[in-house]
Amino acid sequence: MTFETLGWQGLVILVIFGLSLLIATYCTYAERVIAAFMQDRVGPDRAGPYGLAQPLADAVKMFTKEEFFPGGASKALFTFGPCLAMTTALMSSAVIPFGNAVQFGSTVVHLQGIEINVGMLYVFGIVSLGVYGVMIGGWASNNKFSLLGAIRAASQNISYELAMGLALIAVLMISGTLSLREITLQQASDAPFVWRDIFNWNIMKQPLGFIIFLVCAFAETNRTPFDLPECETELVGGYHTEYSSMKLGLYLFSEYINIFVVSAVMSVLYFGGFNFPFQYEFRDWLASSRGLELITAQNIITVLGAVGLFAKIFAFIFFFMWVRWTLPRFRYDQLMRLGWTILIPLAIFNILLTGGLITTGIIK
Amino acid sequence: MQSLSNRAKILEKKPMTLAERAYLPAIFQGLSITLRHFFTKKATIRYPEETRPFSPVFRGLHVLKRDEQGRERCTACGLCAVACPAEAITMVAGERKKGEQNLYREEKYAVSYEINMLRCIFCGLCEEACPKAAVYLQADKMAPPRFERDEFIYGKDRLVEPVSPDTRSKRGIQLTAEQADKLRTQLA
Repeated sequence: MTFETLGWQGLVILVIFGLSLLIATYCTYAERVIAAFMQDRVGPDRAGPYGLAQPLADAVKMFTKEEFFPGGASKALFTFGPCLAMTTALMSSAVIPFGNAVQFGSTVVHLQGIEINVGMLYVFGIVSLGVYGVMIGGWASNNKFSLLGAIRAASQNISYELAMGLALIAVLMISGTLSLREITLQQASDAPFVWRDIFNWNIMKQPLGFIIFLVCAFAETNRTPFDLPECETELVGGYHTEYSSMKLGLYLFSEYINIFVVSAVMSVLYFGGFNFPFQYEFRDWLASSRGLELITAQNIITVLGAVGLFAKIFAFIFFFMWVRWTLPRFRYDQLMRLGWTILIPLAIFNILLTGGLITTGIIK
Repeated sequence: MQSLSNRAKILEKKPMTLAERAYLPAIFQGLSITLRHFFTKKATIRYPEETRPFSPVFRGLHVLKRDEQGRERCTACGLCAVACPAEAITMVAGERKKGEQNLYREEKYAVSYEINMLRCIFCGLCEEACPKAAVYLQADKMAPPRFERDEFIYGKDRLVEPVSPDTRSKRGIQLTAEQADKLRTQLA
């Protein structure tokens, strides 16, 4: 890797880092506006035009609040919890391919933080680490409600990670690789019929797997209807009961970053990532009819693909919020029953089904 | 157990159908409901920019009227204060001096006239009691919130309407002699 490509890659990483933060920031705004709209209200509209400066106002509020340490709490761990939650949330977007390569001159820049051949494993590893942030924060608070919330978070994440991993195995059986970039490229069009591009997305081959993955994603990000770790009616505020100021802000923020990452992972795994329908036709048309060079045309396709991927991600984020303002919370035993007796057997069945379909050659 | 009123309804808990147990159809139903609400017209009125329209018979902030020549109508007879069930009105009467004919319509006038808006229940009895058609409750104004109690005691400075006829309240047009007679016969 030359020094120049290293520089470019660093720039891409910085942009992805900034984008994750920006999107998480505006997720807080979107959450409030969507909640309001679904309840026939208008939501925050005072700060700036359409209330767009609301996240800034929230940040100022968070930063100027009192830093509170509960009595008897472990100060170091109490501070370490939100740091860990935030760090792990930010780390997981590193391997997601946000776009294909951009080429100018002899330089090729992949719109991806880092390309590793175990990308999916990396995401899973980092996301599972995220529960340590919750766990440590809840433990260090020296508060029964916090501890109960943290325990719930841990058991919930462990239970649903199993089904999530099993759903993922079916995707890996089709793709034969753990690299997210490879999985995306495999979903590019090759079948010869009208809606071929979309039919080549993994959602068409793995509808059941996708539903399992989606449900587990809700549980992994502690979103309603699986937001038991912060169940207000039973646990005051859950694992962040004792947190105030920006430490609380980091916890809430990391949740939104996790939603962004999980949405991105779902878009990449099941919805073709940066591929969009008729991309090759469009590239060839740009090259032949508009007289552009093939490289330029490919770059335009890459940028459009990145925009398309973000559209898919935003659709998923909207769906997360839409569900939150529709469904009530599960009871804890219902949550466990759903995870262990329904989702895991279904995921195993899905693996068997996929295996059968692959050996009979129906899907490849 | 035997029902005492014989109106008890025996509910039967049926086993759930497969669609109900699968849970997903119910979720989609709920999602469609929230999405419908997402696009409906919002009920919110953005208050300082938009205001809710008042009823034409709304009884809001009081006004002390002037007559056509811009003279104060109030003669400090005290009937409004007597009529007031909340005892919110106090006044001090005074005698009109020479050269003040353009200020006060009759020889007696209110030197001070105060309404305590914290006591006032906006019943409108003062308006009905006034024989000179001087005090009215405006349909388009409310007593705004304030920080101090004494700011709620409205004196003549805030009650008497401005001299310029353009900015006067539309409420309380002076009745002509015929209209007044008609009203009297109606009431009698």
